[in-house]
Parts: sequence; C-alpha cells; structure tokens
Amino acid sequence: MASISLKDLVKTYGDVEVLHHVEGEIQDGELIVIVGPSGCGKSTLLRMVAGLETVTSGEISIGDKVVNKLEPADRDIAMVFQNYALYPHMSVRENMAYGLKIRKISKDEIDRRVQEAAEILEIGAYLDRKPRQLSGGQRQRVAMGRAIVRNPQVFLFDEPLSNLDAKLRVQMRLEIRKLQQRLGVTSIYVTHDQVEAMTLGDRLMVLNGGYVEQFGTPIELYDRPATVFVAGFIGSPSMNFLPVEASGGTLALANGATLTGGTQASGKVTLGVRPEHLVQDDTGEIRITVQMVEQLGANTLIHGLLEGSDTEFVASAAGHVTAQAGTLMSFTAAAEDLHIFDATSGKRIDA
Amino acid sequence: MVENRRILGIVSHLVLILGVIMVALPIWITFVASTHDAVRMTQAPIPMLPGTHFFENFKQTLFGAGLSGSEGAPVWRMLLNSMAMALMIAFGKIAISLLSAFAIVYFKFPFRMGFFWMIFITLMLPVEVRILPTFEVVANLGMLNSYWGLSIPLIASATATFMFRQVFLTIPDEMLESARIDGAGPLRFFWDILIPLSRTNIAALFVILFIYGWNQYLWPLLITTDTDMTTIVMSIKQMLEAAEQSPQWNIIMMTALLAMIPPVFVVVGMQRLFVQGLTETDK
Repeated sequence: MASISLKDLVKTYGDVEVLHHVEGEIQDGELIVIVGPSGCGKSTLLRMVAGLETVTSGEISIGDKVVNKLEPADRDIAMVFQNYALYPHMSVRENMAYGLKIRKISKDEIDRRVQEAAEILEIGAYLDRKPRQLSGGQRQRVAMGRAIVRNPQVFLFDEPLSNLDAKLRVQMRLEIRKLQQRLGVTSIYVTHDQVEAMTLGDRLMVLNGGYVEQFGTPIELYDRPATVFVAGFIGSPSMNFLPVEASGGTLALANGATLTGGTQASGKVTLGVRPEHLVQDDTGEIRITVQMVEQLGANTLIHGLLEGSDTEFVASAAGHVTAQAGTLMSFTAAAEDLHIFDATSGKRIDA
Repeated sequence: MVENRRILGIVSHLVLILGVIMVALPIWITFVASTHDAVRMTQAPIPMLPGTHFFENFKQTLFGAGLSGSEGAPVWRMLLNSMAMALMIAFGKIAISLLSAFAIVYFKFPFRMGFFWMIFITLMLPVEVRILPTFEVVANLGMLNSYWGLSIPLIASATATFMFRQVFLTIPDEMLESARIDGAGPLRFFWDILIPLSRTNIAALFVILFIYGWNQYLWPLLITTDTDMTTIVMSIKQMLEAAEQSPQWNIIMMTALLAMIPPVFVVVGMQRLFVQGLTETDK
C-alpha cells in the first residue's frame, strides 16, 4: 500500500505538449478517478504512472520512491486494460499466474494466490478455460484477478468497463468499488463516463486538454465546480449556462428580470444553474419557451429557449409535468444554487 | 450458386471431373509406370493399368544403385539429403525471419525502416539472380558438397520476415504492455507470447518452406558434385540423361513417386494448422 505523488508532470510528443504541469497527491488506499473527454490526456497520465510512457519532466513517486526511470515491472503496480489484454493462448489460471511465475514465486504460493483471487472474483469454475471461451464480463474479472494476485501497491484501471454492456457495467462498477475498499489498494481509474467517475471515486481529477481543471471529491465538484468545464462535465443533464450582467449583487437576465445572486462581481459573467435546481414558480424570473418535453418517469426534462434570447435551457422537474410546446414556463432557483463564472476565463467567482 | 438447374449441375460436374483428371492423370501414369518392368515401358502404347513389378522396382530404386549401370547414390540416400536440406531450410528460414521480424516490429533502433526495406527489396532477388556470387561465397567457405552449402544460402527470407511482421502487427500493443507489467523481458515475451500466438502462421509457413526447400533444383545441381550429396529432385532429371541406353522409366517413375511422398505427408499432417494459419484473423 502506498501513496502516489505527481509533481509538475509534463508530457510532450515531439513539439506538442499534451500534459501541462499536472500536480496531485494521492493518499494511501484512495481510489482516484481521472475523468475527461477523449484526447484530454487521461490515459497518457495513467500510462506514465504505469511506466508505459516516459516522463518528459516532473516526478512520479509511489510510496516514497521516485519511479520515473523504473520499468513497469519494478513499480509494484498492476494494470487492467480496456481490452483486458489477456494472453489468448493461456488458460485463465496461467494468465493469472504468469507474472508470479516470472517473479519466481514458489508453485504452492502461486496456487494459493490464484485460488484466493478466484474465490474473491468468483471465477473458480473457469480457471482452466481459455479467454476466448469466456464472456466479456468474465474476461473482465480475469483481468482483475490477474491484477489482484500480484498483490501490488497500486491498481491502475484504463477504462476497464467500456467494452461491457450498460447493465453489466453498473454491476461491475459496484464490484470494483467493493473490491478496492476490501483490499485497500491505492487505485487510479481512468474513464470518460462522468457517472462512473462520480460513483467510483473518492476523489476525481478532471482533465481537459492536458490541464487539471479540478481535483476534489465528487460532491465538491458537483457543489462548487471550479470552472465552466467542470460544471458542464459533472452532472447529467449538464448545467445550463447563460450570459448575465452582474452589478451590486444582482444578476440581470436577457429578458430584463433580475436574480439575487449574492456575488460581488460586476460586468458580464456566466451564470450556471443545474436543471435539477430549478423550481417551477409562476412568478419565477427564469422564463423559457418550451420546445420539447422528455418524460423519464421519475422526473421530467423540459427543453426550451430562454425568453429574450436563443440560449438553450433544460429544466428537470420531479414527477410528471405536462407542458405544451410553445408555452411559457417560469422557474426560480435558490441563491446558493447559482454558480457564477468569469465570462472570459471560465473560472469560478465566489461570493 | 443456389440455383438448382440440371444442366448447370452437369456442366459444373464435368468441369470438376476434367480438372481432377488433369491433375490426377500424370500421377496415375507415374504410379502405373513404377509397377512395370523396364522393357514394358519402352513399348507403345504406354500401359494404363498397374503391372506386377511394384515391389521389385521399389527395392531396386530405394536400396539398389538406382539405375542399373550408373553409379548414382541409392534413392534412400537422396531422400535423406533432400529431407535434411528441406528441413534445414524450413527451420532456418522460420527462425531467422521470426527474429528479424521481432526486431523490426518491437525495437526502436537507427535505420529500422531502412533495414526493413533492405530486407523487403531482396524479395526481388531470388537465388537464380544472385547465383554466381553466392556460389563464389559458398565455394570459398568450403561448403560445397555439404548440407550447410545446400541450405544456408537459401535460408535468408524476405517473404517470411515480411509475413511475420504482418502477424506481429496484428497483435495488440496491450499484449506487450501487459507482459511488461508482468515483468517479462523481450526474450520472454518472444517465447511465451509471440511464438505461441504465431503458432498457426509458423505451421503454415513451415509447409510452404518445406516444399520450397524440397523442390530446389538449380542450387543443389550447382554445388553438389559428390553423388552422396545429390538430392532426389535433381537426380530425377539426371537419371533421364545419365543412362546410355533408353531411359528406365520404371525406376525413374518410382523415384518420382518416392519424391512426392514426404511433401504429401507434411501437407496432410499439418493441414489443420495450415488452413487455420491462412484464415485465422482472431488474435
């Protein structure tokens, strides 16, 4: 078990810098999710920790050992790949034992560890099968098993669930979480799925274009997003953004109505408000022209255009709400649910 | 294809039967010729049904001096030579091209693509084109009339290197990365992962290369002067010319028949792997 520390990490390919001065401290036993859109550098970062990519500058330490120059095998890590990367010609048992065999661990010890991991993952019944005879979910478990038997200090997961169907993904997500808590191994998990990130991670590192946008607990990210990008990325459906004019603690909307925002900022700012924080109120300041209504059962999504502008807007109301396209609906939101961001830099402006 | 018309059925059967006859008739004639005595084979028309001298011819060909009146090596000796040459060529080619493909695909070194193209260009230089300089080198190395001389100049193979390169390129990178995390060094990865994954391709290539080696004619003809080193394929031709009297067709055909047997065994024995190797895409 170990902590991981990333100091001023930079990665360049030729002249292109793909990771810019990434910093992060990961505590012993934590599960960190690195999340971001495709091409944001999240897999590159993970592969740098694994030792599969070189570090251009900066420092990666596992425990109190700087591992920049160490081979992957010497870093005491285990990795689960997106396509599992099981050796197709070896049985499940051989796949799990391969790394131990190379480390010249005694046969009895290997058998014991494989058996133990197989019990934890409930794959004992197919230890002697080849990977091609297994379903996607079973292969996923074998890949995890291969990581567990190594008894490493760190688990690295590279989008391990993206090849599974939706239902299995939810199930495996919970299992990974339970397993990680039970084993208490420090883990880094890469995904592009924000729901997966929110449910799995102790803390989330949101990457965008090679920059760390925010690094914090899921609730912090949800309640106090540091940038417009994080605010839009975390939460589903994503946050509504509208340009407003701030002055003296009030925010003027495009339709002329004003909200009490409790901000000291003035001038043009971006107001963010989550669909689920909008409360239907006939005297509300936020009025939208309804375009489409999505009935999801537990709640209803109302899509429309903000009055007086062509900003698209989504509101989420609990239960069943009926609304005709073309009618006007009014909403209000509590002052603490309004997020104010700088209009140009996209950074959060706190009250 | 799925139409079930009578005429079509008859025509396609006729075409197929014609094809079978064209392929099988020469082999049948070879077999028939090997079962008659020398005198019968000089009379016209040539027999189309087997005679009674099969075992006699078999014995004389395999263990006797072959043609009566010539001092050629017995055919079992030629079979042995051919077998040694074909096996050395097949194994040598596979070993060398596996290693060079491994280097080209998995290692970064200066002029990597340069080396690859150099190997690739030699595809245009078959033995026949470079036969004089090659002969010179082999002669200077004192490898005339030896198994080494028979096989080594034919071992370097661009085709096989190229093929293994393509096979290795289909193996996902994660396999290498996973092996690296498991602690496998380059050679371990090669033995434990790459070779088993290319098993069917190796088998397919073995069949092709064995037959290539077995059928070598010009090269063995050039570098073997000692009758103890002659290979069976080249000796068939020599038998036709060597004898002062009319060709002894029964013995020559028996030799041809014997020359066909090892390749047939290799193909039949490795058929399953061979077909898998040519068709399998799933890694």
